Amino acid sequence: MTKLSTQDRPGQLGRSWDRAPQYPAGLPAGARIGTFVRRHRLAPYLLLIPALIGVGWLIVWPTIQVGLFSFQNYGILQLAGVAPARWVGLANFTAIFKDPEFWVSLRNSCVFAVIVVPLTLVTGTCVGLLLNRLGRRMSVFVSATTLLAWATPTVAATVIFYWIFNPDGGVVDWALARLPTWLGGGAATWAGFNWMSSALPVYTVATLLLVWQGFPFIAVSVLAGLKTVPGEMYEAARVDGAGPWQVFWKITYPLLKPIFLVLLLLSVIWDFGVFPQLYILTGSGANLDEYNLGIYVYQKAFSTPPSYGLGGALALVLTVILLVITVGYVRASIRQGALQ
Amino acid sequence: MRAAALNAAGVLVAVVTLAPIVWMISTAFKPRTEIFSLTPHILPAHPTVSNFDKVFSGSAIGISFWTFFKNSLYVTGAAVLASSLLSLLAAVAVARFRFKFRTTFLIMLLVVQMLPQQALVIALFINFRALNLLDSLTGLALVYTAFALPISIWMLRNFVAAVPREMEEAAAIDGAGPARIFWRILFPLIAPGLVATSVFSFIYAWNEYIFALTFLSPNFPAKFTLPIYVTYFMGQRSSDWGAIMAASTLYTIPPIVFFLLVQRRMARGLVAGAVKG
Repeated sequence: MTKLSTQDRPGQLGRSWDRAPQYPAGLPAGARIGTFVRRHRLAPYLLLIPALIGVGWLIVWPTIQVGLFSFQNYGILQLAGVAPARWVGLANFTAIFKDPEFWVSLRNSCVFAVIVVPLTLVTGTCVGLLLNRLGRRMSVFVSATTLLAWATPTVAATVIFYWIFNPDGGVVDWALARLPTWLGGGAATWAGFNWMSSALPVYTVATLLLVWQGFPFIAVSVLAGLKTVPGEMYEAARVDGAGPWQVFWKITYPLLKPIFLVLLLLSVIWDFGVFPQLYILTGSGANLDEYNLGIYVYQKAFSTPPSYGLGGALALVLTVILLVITVGYVRASIRQGALQ
Repeated sequence: MRAAALNAAGVLVAVVTLAPIVWMISTAFKPRTEIFSLTPHILPAHPTVSNFDKVFSGSAIGISFWTFFKNSLYVTGAAVLASSLLSLLAAVAVARFRFKFRTTFLIMLLVVQMLPQQALVIALFINFRALNLLDSLTGLALVYTAFALPISIWMLRNFVAAVPREMEEAAAIDGAGPARIFWRILFPLIAPGLVATSVFSFIYAWNEYIFALTFLSPNFPAKFTLPIYVTYFMGQRSSDWGAIMAASTLYTIPPIVFFLLVQRRMARGLVAGAVKG
């Protein structure tokens, strides 16, 4: 007995493989499973299961665990299984908030994000606008060079900057020492200047490094956005006598506002807790004044003796800060229709 | 005049962008005396490959570059393949079906991307220690697969959605089964999307630092991936900048080659010519 296939079920989009006719009983097991899947509309769930297992096991569950650790005294003994983990209430959090290092690293993270994010966005936007105005060949050439910077691995880029700013043989100290004194140069200050030994110079190097690594992505995204703006709008504005500054703020910026919003939020999220670059530049976080929240979390969790409870509490604080920004990101994405 | 100014600005951007990369490559080919010369030159006066020799022979830290290259290649390759497969399945689910929790799943993907890895590494370190997956390249490949998934699914979903349904339906009318439709119709059309997402997972896995730093202990340097090797090298031989730059040049080549290879394919039209009128 063959039933007609029930096509166009409500709430479902037409899919060819979801619409095959149902098989009569007595067919091979494979066909019967297929019928079962179709009848109960299990196909999307079956397709999702492998990805859900991966994300659930390796991202979601560890996040929950870190949340639990932050209320426990989880340390080396608990790791070794010698002593059970005890619940300690908010002790980890009060310990953190009493630690002046926490406030130093929070301040460093905030100041760094406030400086690096606008610098990256402005540089990237300027390069994007430039790429849009350049001739075809020149535009391809310049965007190829920026993509090289983007493709350079983080660790390689950091090691290059470490070498360029090295006190012994680094090219920046050499150049600054030869700069005339009235420009802030001079051998007295700059010959053998150690950029990695205190907070301000390290963060200066990190700023240059992150802008260099980050602006290509902004430039390419802005360029992609600019391509969607109809040329007539610019012509009309120019006929009306608008200068380039006005054209940007009156036409380009309002049209690309959603893109800028997403780029802004992504940059804040990336730069606020930035880890590998600072960890390598500061020599595995040797100097306490140079910590940002990312390094502070790591050092608390994995120092000797390790304290996964304190690290967990800090990680929770960092996660909450980033999640607040993420909510903005998700809302901006939804407003752009990303969930359709 | 105006075009000249624009071109000059373009050249300036290109020079500033390339400078660090040029300096790395140039240092890698310089003999020691030139590296620490009192007047540094942009290009080596007497180029040498001795720095590369040191890196390949492993005379600096006792293990050849190729060991770490193979480690990185294995971890990255496994993560790219696994995450492409899993995200393809998931992307078909979210792009072709409307089901309960679909929006929840999409929002979860967005949120999950923002979780700081310094937070997750604490729990993953403890879990992997219990599972004996520390100092294991397979353990790293698992983590990289999972962390490449959200962005891959997010990107691939748009490519799947862009394939016109009429094509699948036409094939179904011609009597093609689900598997045949997938391999003959859907797969060739979303192949450029798979290339694009695999670029992202490749770059992520090839670059990843914090999990490798935590999971791979210095007691087993033969398990190091390239980023850990390069920084370990710098720590051990902090003044041998020629060799360090040679190692970091070699580490930078694969992503750039990969990028150049796939760039054309990425640019190629999505369903150009597949459906007309």
